[in-house]
Formats: sequence, C-alpha cells, structure tokens
Amino acid sequence: MRLSRKDLLGLEGMSRDEIELILNTAESFKEVLERKIPKVPTLRGKTAVNLFYEASTRTRVSFELAEKRLSADSVSVSQKMSSFEKGETLLDTVRNLQAMKMDFLVVRHGASGAPHFLASRLDASVINAGDGAHEHPTQGLLDMFTMREWFGSLDGLRVVIVGDVLHSRVARSNVFGLRTLGASVTLCAPSTFLPPGVATLGVETETDLDRALEGADVVMVLRIQRERQDGFFLPSLREYAVLFGLNRERAARLKERCLIMHPGPMNRGVEIDPEVADGPRSVILDQVTNGVAVRMAVIYLLSGGEVRDGLVN
Amino acid sequence: MTERTVLPKREMQWAITRLAHEILEKNRGAEDLAVVGVRTRGAHLAARLVEEIAKIAGGEVPLGIVDITLYRDDLQAIGPQPVIRGTDIPFDVEEKVIVLVDDVLYTGRTVRAAIDEIIDFGRPKRIWLTVLVDRQGHRELPISPDFVGEAVVTTENEQVVVHVSEEDGEDAVKVREKKT
Repeated sequence: MRLSRKDLLGLEGMSRDEIELILNTAESFKEVLERKIPKVPTLRGKTAVNLFYEASTRTRVSFELAEKRLSADSVSVSQKMSSFEKGETLLDTVRNLQAMKMDFLVVRHGASGAPHFLASRLDASVINAGDGAHEHPTQGLLDMFTMREWFGSLDGLRVVIVGDVLHSRVARSNVFGLRTLGASVTLCAPSTFLPPGVATLGVETETDLDRALEGADVVMVLRIQRERQDGFFLPSLREYAVLFGLNRERAARLKERCLIMHPGPMNRGVEIDPEVADGPRSVILDQVTNGVAVRMAVIYLLSGGEVRDGLVN
Repeated sequence: MTERTVLPKREMQWAITRLAHEILEKNRGAEDLAVVGVRTRGAHLAARLVEEIAKIAGGEVPLGIVDITLYRDDLQAIGPQPVIRGTDIPFDVEEKVIVLVDDVLYTGRTVRAAIDEIIDFGRPKRIWLTVLVDRQGHRELPISPDFVGEAVVTTENEQVVVHVSEEDGEDAVKVREKKT
C-alpha cells in the first residue's frame, strides 16, 4: 500500500487504507522521537516552506519540528512578514517560493480552498495546515492516532464533538476520518453552531450536552472561535459555559476510560474547565506530541523516493 | 532461470552455531554483548544467534531490530516510498558490544545505514558486523565483516536469496540469476 497522491488537502474522500498507512507510519516516527537523537536523515536535500497566513503556535511549530526531524531544510513565512503586506497575491508568493526549489508547501490560510487552489498550480506537494472553516487534515489524523493509541481501534467508538462545529475545520476533518475508520460521531452544539446540511455528513446531532455525553468513549471539545464570530451566535460566553462547557460535574459522569481531547488553544473556563483539561483522562498534550509524528509520516509519505538496487540484495 | 543452493538448512544452522562460538570467543564471553538484526531476515538470524549464544554461554543477551528505511541513501528520486516497519532497540546501547547481523553483505550500503541508526541511539563500545553470506567483490563502501557464515563469489547478474523459515517456510541460501 502506497500513498499515491501529491498533496494532502483534506480527509474527505481519503480511503481507510490511506489513513491507516499514515497512522501506521506515524507509529514508527513516534519511536524515532523517543530516541536519544530524535532525527533521521531521510529527507536531506528536500526543502519545506511553511506559509502561515493565520496565527498558529502548535501547528506551525509541529510542522517545523517534523521537517527538521526528517532532516529537510525548512523555512517559515507568516503573512505579516511577507510581501502580502505590499500587495503581492498568494499565487505570486508561492510561485516565487517554488522558483527557489521547494519540495513541500505547508499552508494555512483563512480562505477555504486556498490549499487546493495552490496544489493545482504547483509541482511541490501541498499540505493543508488549516483552510478557513473547511479542513485541518493533519489535526484530524493526529486526533485519530491518539484515539487509536488508547483504544487500539476506532471501529465502533462513540466520539462526541462538542462546540463551535460551524466554524471548525478540525471537526470536519475528524468527522470524515472517524467515519471512514468506523467510529460513530455525534456533533453537539447550540443550533446556531450546527452547519446547515450537517445531516449529510452521516453524523448524529444533539443540542443537549448531558444527553450527548451518555456512553461517549471520546469527548472532543472545540474552541469557541471568537475571531471568526462576526454574527450573533451566542447570547454570552457565560451561558455557553453553563450549557456546553465540559465542567467537573459533567466529566465525573463520563465513562472511566473516556478520553477528553481538545485541539487547542483552549479557552479555559469557557468550553472546558481547567481541572478537566489537566485531569487524568485528558490527552490534550499527547495530541500535541503525536502531532509531530503524524506530520513526519505525512511528509515522508508524500515525498516520493524509489527503491533502487543499491540496498536491495 | 538457473539456481544453486550454497547453504542448505543443516549447514545454515551450523553456520549460525559457529558464528555464535566465534563471537563469544572474540568477546571472551557474553559480557556487554547485544545483538541487533537488520530487518527483515537479519532480524530472524539475530534472534537465532541470541538463542545459540544462550545455549553456549547461558543467559540471554539483549536483542534489537533496526529498520534502515529512514537511513537509506537512495530515497531522493520520485516514486513510491518504502514502507517503514519500525526499529526496536529495547536496551541502552551505551558501552555495549553490538553484534550487527544481516543476511547478506553486498554493497555495504545497508550496513552503513544500520550503523548510522544504531549510533543515533547512543555510543556503543564497538560494533561487530556478522553476516550469514558475504558476496565478495561488490563492495561500494569500505565495509568489511567481522564474522562470516559463508563467503560466496557471484556476478552482478546473480542474486543471493536467503530463505528463513519464519518468512519463507524454509531455511536455505540460494544463488540465482537476476530476472531480466
């Protein structure tokens, strides 16, 4: 089984075999990250450019580390520090980057579809690091990797994703990936946060968090994205915290082996209480650790390479 | 396609037993020894070598496996990536005498990759190279084995095939013409 695609733009339409190949490969890279020297020479001579047109800590650093751990040369560009400020178009920016011989472009952009637009116009592999409210495939993959590490398999798992589903690319990637790997997904949110046509995604929806949490194996809490809210989605953060926040009382009613996840960054005290976020069932920091291994796997599998006779007996 | 058997099952076992004796003699016992096999067939041979060492010297020496995929020097061209099956060295390599085991020594590139990978785990006291078959005359790097099961003379259009029962259902070393 090979990953026979140039780009990773989303988990929608990705096959079970492809997802499992990435997750299996990530296991090997997790072992690499635990070594005394957590670095392999695999991608020496390759160049990766990380183009982040939105703020990011975890994802950007995670990609940078993944590239460095694979011995690729890596450069990061942010919107504020780029010629975008001087009026250069996105396409002109990446064409110039390609002229400098990049092999991978990791792109985060506020416009849904921006990575797809670039992928069809570049020879380099494009990896979507989050585009608008569309997808964030590597976050979905690392979430599934973390669940699989804990449960062994995702088949039959009941995953509840709670919060601002409407604006969440993490939720969308998780829905596509989790359904492909056999998990059932319940989206729980105030009705203003449930996107129209959500039923077509093959998920259950619920507007009562306490009902949604019954029998959950995983609770994935989403961030309230204040920066994307130009409408009147919530009466108040206080009300949201009371009705949809994962607080101590709700966490206490969960199954003993239920995982609590959050893609970060967290609004402590709004969507999740600090005691829950830092509690024994929380794997929020494991998600971050696993992110590097998963991104190494994605970059490795997209990088090509042929087996010649040199090492084959 | 012509094929000849250079080591049938029984002789293959004798070779492994002899290698275990030679290693113990050179190390003056099993102290500080650890065995690391190169995936795939080298790993099976390494496990057998550990068993033989245990029979002769008593006590298990640590056993590890290296998957050299990420250390290959031929991954730069575009095409499908080899699947990684994972490295597992469940002991500290510092100050150990590492016996690196592979099935066939040919160009030396696999061994170079394996040595690089082991050194990323720490600084062993020394690394000895043990191979079941040494294809002499084809080295592309200055690498020489310390312990050899069988040295064979082959041409470029021949291939040495090591079969181990764990993978192939039989034990044997064969030389055959490469498919053209």
